[in-house]
Amino acid sequence: MIAQALMRRRERRVLPGFGLSLGISLTFVSLVLLLPLTSLVGQLSQLSWSQYWFLITDPRLLASYAVTLFGAGVAALFNAAFGLLMAWVLVRYEFPGKRLVDALMDLPFALPTAVAGITLATLYSSNGWIGRLLEPWGISVSYTWIGIALAMAFTSIPFVVRTVQPVLEDLPAEVDEAAMTLGASDGHAFRRVILPYLWPALVTGTGLAFVRSLGEFGAVIFIAGGKPYETEITSLMVFVKLQEYDYAGASAVASIVLATSLALLLAINLWQGRFIKRLHGGRG
Amino acid sequence: MSIRISQIDKRYGQTRALEPIDLDIHDGELIGLLGPSGSGKTTLLRIVAGLEQADGGSIHFGDRDVTRVHVRDRRIGFVFQHYALFRHMTVFDNVAFGLTAMPRSRRPSSGEIRSRVMQLLEMVRLQDFARRFPAQLSGGQQQRVSLARALALKPDVLLLDEPFGALDAKVRQELRRWLRHLHEELHFTSLFVTHDQEEALELSDRVVVMSNGRVEQIATPDTLYRHPANQFVFEFLGDVNRLEGDVEAEVLTCGDARVAVPGVENGRQELLLRPHEIRLGEQPDACAHLPVSVTAVVPVGAEVRLELEADWLGEPWLATISHAEFERLDVKRGKRLFAQPSRLHRFDTPRPQTLAPLATS
Repeated sequence: MIAQALMRRRERRVLPGFGLSLGISLTFVSLVLLLPLTSLVGQLSQLSWSQYWFLITDPRLLASYAVTLFGAGVAALFNAAFGLLMAWVLVRYEFPGKRLVDALMDLPFALPTAVAGITLATLYSSNGWIGRLLEPWGISVSYTWIGIALAMAFTSIPFVVRTVQPVLEDLPAEVDEAAMTLGASDGHAFRRVILPYLWPALVTGTGLAFVRSLGEFGAVIFIAGGKPYETEITSLMVFVKLQEYDYAGASAVASIVLATSLALLLAINLWQGRFIKRLHGGRG
Repeated sequence: MSIRISQIDKRYGQTRALEPIDLDIHDGELIGLLGPSGSGKTTLLRIVAGLEQADGGSIHFGDRDVTRVHVRDRRIGFVFQHYALFRHMTVFDNVAFGLTAMPRSRRPSSGEIRSRVMQLLEMVRLQDFARRFPAQLSGGQQQRVSLARALALKPDVLLLDEPFGALDAKVRQELRRWLRHLHEELHFTSLFVTHDQEEALELSDRVVVMSNGRVEQIATPDTLYRHPANQFVFEFLGDVNRLEGDVEAEVLTCGDARVAVPGVENGRQELLLRPHEIRLGEQPDACAHLPVSVTAVVPVGAEVRLELEADWLGEPWLATISHAEFERLDVKRGKRLFAQPSRLHRFDTPRPQTLAPLATS
């Protein structure tokens, strides 16, 4: 009797509002996330498998996959290095204007991506401020993969900085110091002690930046120019197809972007879970 | 390896963290730096380690001047309060870190590293835990790993920053005893920081008591306890009771309390005494008439701790008496008794004085 009563009591949650808050959350998720996705699947259902396959293997589209993946890859790698450096500077050193730089890191999130795109395009066009300087060296940024990668890097840098920064803040200075008292050189300490600590966050941030870059549209189209087979990104293809009222075709391309992003996000999450488990001694 | 610290000082902006400090540590000595927080003990330890730079003065390890030597070249072992283990590495890799971090030309072979690490793990009795990660160990085990890691490079000097501060009382006791044994076995020169007077007195060959960036006294635990150099040391090393009153003709009076104070000049005086320097009786004696009433009784451990109050006392006294005495006097809360100090200490004189009022009776 008593045991039973105890059991029942334990089942009752201590934190109030579980039903209400979960209900609202799920409703919201359904309306904002799942409903549009359902309509995407609805559009897709008008296509047969062979039609679908034909649409998504169109040579022009295949070229756009390559351009997008390559651009996003370069952007992500660039951000991994630069974002790590930025986070390091923001956490480890004190300097005047630090708060401002810290706030600036979020600017790519706050700025409409189209504005970023136009600004970058103006700066890097052959007669823009920076483009003019690069021209004599034979480097053109606008309308090339460099421009695409640049625009993607611009919009996704906060992902790396903001995932690495808190982890770096949590890293006690003592750990560095311990490595030094054991005779480790700065390089050795960084590679063997600091980087492994930051690794999960860095990979997650880089992964998120990559996924974000895959779907980037506004910032990229102005600087990329959209030359078929050369600087056409996949999300631009969706836009092109929509303008041609080819809803089914647009959905087919969109489904590829979506599937890739979801798969990557899932992979990042699973990998991170495994890594964190190890740090906490298998106790979760 | 002996350590010679001369005229080391340190400021942080306007605040003076360390007054110029001199300290000689002999080869194989275990020295405790004891003081309240903010006394500069950790700063001094970190300067010896090379984790912080002094503003002036010099540090020698043996004949080697290490004042300007980088921490990684000082050949020290450092144990941090919160272990500072590399949590993404196994226990084995943690202990091996210093050996694997050596430049290739000096690095031992992996077989040698292996046997050295296993030998160290055996010494800290963790040989079965080599493949575990730090998070899978208890606090005491982690601190032992950290000690093995610090000893792996056979450092000239072992420095420990509140090594047992983060552990619970029982584990702390155990680790203390174990460190003492380890030190007797290996005879490394060692400097450790603590704010726990019992720990300092139990472990150290000599204790350095610090406050406000100054050294108050350097002495063996025994001397320190019996002959404190000043009031700060006396008060920091244990519980203290105060007796304040006017002295006339070698008798101190305070309200209806009176006690003989041989050799004390007339005027307002403050005297101090330890809880075990109070005896209790049913009657006042010739030397002391100090009526008190018992307000709390704690019969735990080897002695009974009593709290005594009286209207002539500013703050209550703490007294410890034997269980036999406790039973003889039939002490209860509210019982009225007479205190008889066996000793009284004075620190407002140029040299500390100890009086023994009962010695005359």
